[in-house]
Amino acid sequence: MFDNLSEKLDKAFHVLKGHGQITEINVAETLKEVRRALLDADVNFKIAKEFTNNVKEKALGQNVLTNLQPGQLMVKIVKDELTQLMGGDAEEIDLSGNPSVVLMSGLQGSGKTTFSGKLANYLKAKKSKKPLLVACDVYRPAAIDQLHVVGEQIGVEVYSDRDNNDPVAIAEAGVKHAKSLGCNIVIIDTAGRLAVDEQMMTEIANIHKAVTPQETLFVVDSMTGQDAVNTAKAFNDVLNFDGVILTKLDGDTRGGAAISIKSVVDKPIKFIGTGEKMEAIDVFYPSRMADRILGMGDVVSLVERA
Amino acid sequence: EKSKSSFFGKLSKAVAGKSKVDDEVLDNLEEVLVSSDVGVDTTLKIIDRIEERVSRDKYMGADELNTILREEIAGLLSETHVGEDTEFVIPSDKKPYVIMVVGVNGVGKTTTIGKLAYQFKKQGLKVVLGAGDTFRAAAIDQLEVWAKRVDVPIIKQKMGSDPASVAFDTLNSAVADNADVVLIDTAGRLHNKVNLMNELSKVKRVMQKVVSDAPHEVLLVLDGSTGQNAFEQAKQFTKATEVSSLAVTKLDGTAKGGVVIGISDQFQIPVKYIGVGEGIEDLQVFNKYEFVDSFFKV
Ligand SMILES: Nc1nc2c(ncn2[C@@H]2O[C@H](COP(=O)(O)OP(=O)(O)OP(=O)(O)O)[C@@H](O)[C@H]2O)c(=O)[nH]1
Ligand SMILES: Nc1nc2c(ncn2[C@@H]2O[C@H](COP(=O)(O)OP(=O)(O)OP(=O)(O)O)[C@@H](O)[C@H]2O)c(=O)[nH]1
Ligand SMILES: [Mg+2]
Ligand SMILES: [Mg+2]
Repeated sequence: MFDNLSEKLDKAFHVLKGHGQITEINVAETLKEVRRALLDADVNFKIAKEFTNNVKEKALGQNVLTNLQPGQLMVKIVKDELTQLMGGDAEEIDLSGNPSVVLMSGLQGSGKTTFSGKLANYLKAKKSKKPLLVACDVYRPAAIDQLHVVGEQIGVEVYSDRDNNDPVAIAEAGVKHAKSLGCNIVIIDTAGRLAVDEQMMTEIANIHKAVTPQETLFVVDSMTGQDAVNTAKAFNDVLNFDGVILTKLDGDTRGGAAISIKSVVDKPIKFIGTGEKMEAIDVFYPSRMADRILGMGDVVSLVERA
Repeated sequence: EKSKSSFFGKLSKAVAGKSKVDDEVLDNLEEVLVSSDVGVDTTLKIIDRIEERVSRDKYMGADELNTILREEIAGLLSETHVGEDTEFVIPSDKKPYVIMVVGVNGVGKTTTIGKLAYQFKKQGLKVVLGAGDTFRAAAIDQLEVWAKRVDVPIIKQKMGSDPASVAFDTLNSAVADNADVVLIDTAGRLHNKVNLMNELSKVKRVMQKVVSDAPHEVLLVLDGSTGQNAFEQAKQFTKATEVSSLAVTKLDGTAKGGVVIGISDQFQIPVKYIGVGEGIEDLQVFNKYEFVDSFFKV
């Protein structure tokens, strides 16, 4: 169902052709296609609107270079704007604390537990760190078991307390335990929660207060649709999180939620999840994500050559 | 509630006594629908239907509008054979009635199975669960917790074993115990992974060695917060397993799940259930009018 944006723009290009300058009239059709592509990619309705307005401002009055078709110039403007919006270089996570505490947050099923394992594995293998995983999901059936299995797979210790149903207390005890073991990273897995669930949001705020994490991460499924803005904003209001993790990018979603989240909370996307296995983690590249959202790798390289 | 009434209010004013809908109203309608994940194509289709209806029925009263809007949107949702009653009806001549539950990672398959098992059990049916997710960490333990909660038997093997073999065992056990319903859990899989999709077809084939017309239902679970990618999910899972019904989960949040309208329309698959929480009772029979109304609530 996803037509390539470049193809669509090509169709719209004829409107622009023959004009030396981008004008209000000749840009309208192209912008409509851009907006449509953004919506198909799940970029939030309002943000897509704002974005196309910005692109329009940037484009109007620009002289079309001799070696660039007007349509290609538009694509370049769109792509540059998008990349800029998505942030500059990949941002690392803060590991300065001893131990450094990393708190996971997010909706149900977004990939928190899996990512906790991946991050522990990554920090252990790539940064020679000694992580401890802490199981603070006391609700989901077998959530604690899941983290234990993950810990075993990667050879990382897991702290849990099955007799305790207070995640705040478990988190605190976990940090203490990490210190006694000489672990320099503590990764706290939490239960999935909805932003509208006040009790659960208060709970994670309390965990946050109790362990003062260096890094609070918001884990979000890259297939998320229009609601991504509401959820990201609500979690950010409560936690003022430090970064975003985009999971399940091994699928074929365009991942427009990435732009929506970035524009609404202005926090960097730090890692992406690209599979169920523990090695399926990667740092985030804004420009690649822009290409993906627009579905237009070929046009971009064409523009870059021009 | 406020935005709902003001939206309908505006719509009424704009349409009442006219034969054409104002552009501004259509823009508003577009925003409401696209923001509910209905998607551009389906939104345009709905707008066309409403424009057509208004031009045909000319000069309608304001109170009819609400109804028309609901009707035109709900009209895209595929009907089931039993009218408004969309829940699974377990026929007594198909024993055991086999329901296989599929979907991408983390959408709520296992939880939905737990909730369904509870409902069937309450109806006095004999239920068996099959732990067909042998891949994800502690997936078997998770289903086992649900089996205990509902107090129904679970058939399992150890992690890493062949899911088709688990399904085979489950059906054999269900036949031997004269069970009414079998619910088969499967591992979450992204629909673009060919091997994993083929695995589902294999599970199906192996089940047919025990019950020749199994599975009687393939329930595709969609996460209500998923956007347009759900289309591709429906397409690929239908290709691999002939999905017969849909469940939309996590509608207790702010996400609207509007993408299922287009899916139900295009693939002619009825939505049967919605998930509205993590608890055992948080599964409701799908009601299309309530569903459509939810788009216009804050
Ligand atoms: N394909 C793919 N699957 C993933 C990825 N990350 C997580 N998953 C899968 O998504 C599902 C949910 O992941 P979990 O880690 O259990 O998610 P969670 O956020 O901890 O879920 P709750 O604790 O229930 O809120 C599992 O099937 C994971 O294997 C990813 O990057 N790609
Ligand atoms: N709020 C809410 N949470 C739900 C609902 N349905 C499931 N969940 C939660 O979503 C998360 C994932 O549910 P699962 O049932 O494990 O999903 P799954 O599809 O079996 O996941 P995998 O087997 O890993 O692919 C869990 O935390 C569930 O408690 C629902 O209707 N509402
Ligand atoms: Mg978890
Ligand atoms: Mg499951």
